[in-house]
Amino acid sequence: MILLDDVTLTYPDGDARVTAVDRVTLEGRPGIVTGITGPSGSGKSSLLALAATLIRPDSGRVIVAGTDATRLSASGATALRRDRIGIVFQQPQLLPALTAREQVRVMAELGGSGRRERRSMVRSRVDELLDAVGLGAVADRRPAHLSGGQRQRVAIARALAHEPRVLLVDEPTSALDSARGTEIMALLSRLTRERETATLLVTHDLVHAHALDEMVEVVDGRAALVTSRTR
Amino acid sequence: MYVAWRDLRFARGRFALIGAVVALITLLVGFLSGLTGGLAAQNVSGVLALPGDRLVLHPVDGASATFADSTIEADTVAAWRAAPGVDTVTPVGITQTRAEGPGASTAVALFGLDAGTAFAAPRRDDEVDLSAGAAKALGAAVGDDVSIAGSSYRVAAIGGDEWYSHTPVVALSTAAWTTLAQRVGGTGQPTVLAVTGSPAWDSVAADTGTTASTPLASLTALSTFRSEIGSLALMIAMLFGVSALVVGAFFTVWTMQRSADIAVLKALGASTPALVRDALGQASVVLILGVGVGIGLTALLGAVAGGTLPFVLSPLTTLAPAAVMIALGLLGAAVSLRTVTSSDPLTALGSTR
Repeated sequence: MILLDDVTLTYPDGDARVTAVDRVTLEGRPGIVTGITGPSGSGKSSLLALAATLIRPDSGRVIVAGTDATRLSASGATALRRDRIGIVFQQPQLLPALTAREQVRVMAELGGSGRRERRSMVRSRVDELLDAVGLGAVADRRPAHLSGGQRQRVAIARALAHEPRVLLVDEPTSALDSARGTEIMALLSRLTRERETATLLVTHDLVHAHALDEMVEVVDGRAALVTSRTR
Repeated sequence: MYVAWRDLRFARGRFALIGAVVALITLLVGFLSGLTGGLAAQNVSGVLALPGDRLVLHPVDGASATFADSTIEADTVAAWRAAPGVDTVTPVGITQTRAEGPGASTAVALFGLDAGTAFAAPRRDDEVDLSAGAAKALGAAVGDDVSIAGSSYRVAAIGGDEWYSHTPVVALSTAAWTTLAQRVGGTGQPTVLAVTGSPAWDSVAADTGTTASTPLASLTALSTFRSEIGSLALMIAMLFGVSALVVGAFFTVWTMQRSADIAVLKALGASTPALVRDALGQASVVLILGVGVGIGLTALLGAVAGGTLPFVLSPLTTLAPAAVMIALGLLGAAVSLRTVTSSDPLTALGSTR
C-alpha cells in the first residue's frame, strides 16, 4: 500500500550534505500499524515527510497506492495526499475557526478535481467518524473547547475522512498523559484494522509499543525491523 | 470559501472593523465624487449644452484659449461658415454680470445666441430664458420682469439646469446680449462658435487662428474648472490609494497570522488555487459589504445634502467609485497571496502550535 523503496535523503549543511535517510526500504500494508522509532534526530520525521510526499528523496522511490510519488509534480503530489493519504500531526493542528464536525468536513473542501464526489463521500461519513472516535456529543465545539485528547481524536477523524489508503501519524501521544496516550494508540490500532489503512506511526514512546503490529527502528538514517507480530 | 466563511464568522470583530474602515473610506470617496460631480455641473453644464460638435475659441496673444479671453471676429465667423464640411455655425456670447429679479438679485452668466438651436434662447430681444437655477435665485417665474445692467427683460421661459462658472445661465438673443456685453465693458463680439459638421477641423482652425475642441475637451479652457476638479480628483485618487493600502495591509497581516493553518491545509492536500480562491473570496466579501454600506451612506447623505450643496447622485458618482474601490482593494489583498503561495506544508510536520 505504501512502499519506501531504497530511499535516500540528504540535507545541505553549509558546504557539506548530511544524510538524514540512508537507503531505507520500508513497507506499510493494509490493516497494519508500523511503528517507526528511534532516538531524536535519527531520521524518523524525515521518513514520514517522504512518505507524505512533502519532500522528494535524492534517490529511491515512494510508492503510494500504486503511484510512484517521486515522478509526480508538486501539484500531483498534493492531489495524491488529498486522495490517498491521511496525516495526523504531532499536535492536532486544528483550525481555530472550525467546529469538530467542520474540521472533518474540511477534507471535502480542499479543491482539485473530483471535488463533488469527495464532498458527497466525506459529508456522508462525518458523523459516523466522529462517533467512531467518541466525539459525537461534542461535534459542534471548536478546538478551544476541547481537551487535548479530544483534539487529537478530531485530527484522527479528519485524517480518515476521505478514506485514505495510507495513514501517517507523527508522535500522536507526545502531548498527552499516559492514559489518554493509551486510548489514542488503541483507537489508531482499531481504526487501522477496521478501515484497512496502511498506517505508519512515528513514536519515541515505547510505552505504547504494544499497539504496534510491526516496529522499525531508525538509527542514523538507517532502518531495521525490530519486531513483527503481523496478524 | 469553506474555511473563509467560517473565518469571517469566527473573527467577525476584526472583519467588522476592516469593513467599517472600507465603508468610511467609500463614504469619503463617494461624497467627494458626488461633490465633484455637482461642482463640475455648476461649472460647465452650460458649455456642455451648447449646440456644436466642436467649440471654437480664439486664443489671445499666443496664450492658450480660454472662455474668459476669447473673442471671435466677424471674419472668423464667416471663414468657419464658408469652410467645406461645416453644417452650422452658432456664435455664442458669454459674459457674467448681476441680474435683479422680483425676489432677489444674483450673479448670472449671460449666454447670447440665436433661437432655434438645441440651446433654449428667446426669439425677442426684450426677453430672456432663465435656467432653473437662475429662476430660483431670482425668485422669478415666466412673465416676470428681470433687470440686467439697467435693462428690463420679460421671462419667456424657464429651461434646464445650465450653469457656467458657478453662476446660473440666462439666455438672451444675440442682439440683446451684444448690447449688454458692451454695457458691462466687453466688446460685444461672440466668445465661442458652436460648430456642427465634419470639416477638416485642424486645418480650418489653423487657417483662422482658432482652436476647435469637443465640448468635453474645451472644458480645460475654463480655468476655474481645471483647478477645482484637479484638486478634488487628486483627493479622490489619494483616497483610492489609501483604501488599497489599508485593505492590503489588513489582509497581509491576517494571512500571515493564518500561515500555519495554510501550511496544515496544504499538507492535508489543499490545492494552491483553492486557497487563493478562499483568500480572495474572503477579501471580496469584506470589500463588497464595506463598499455597499459606504455607498448606501453616501446616497443617504447625498440626498440630504443635495438641497444645500452642489451634489450629484448618479451611477458615475456612486457605482463607478465603488467598483474602483473593490478593484483596488482586491489588488491590495492580492499582495497577501504571496503568503498563501509560498507557505511550505512541510512546516506542518513537527510544528508545536
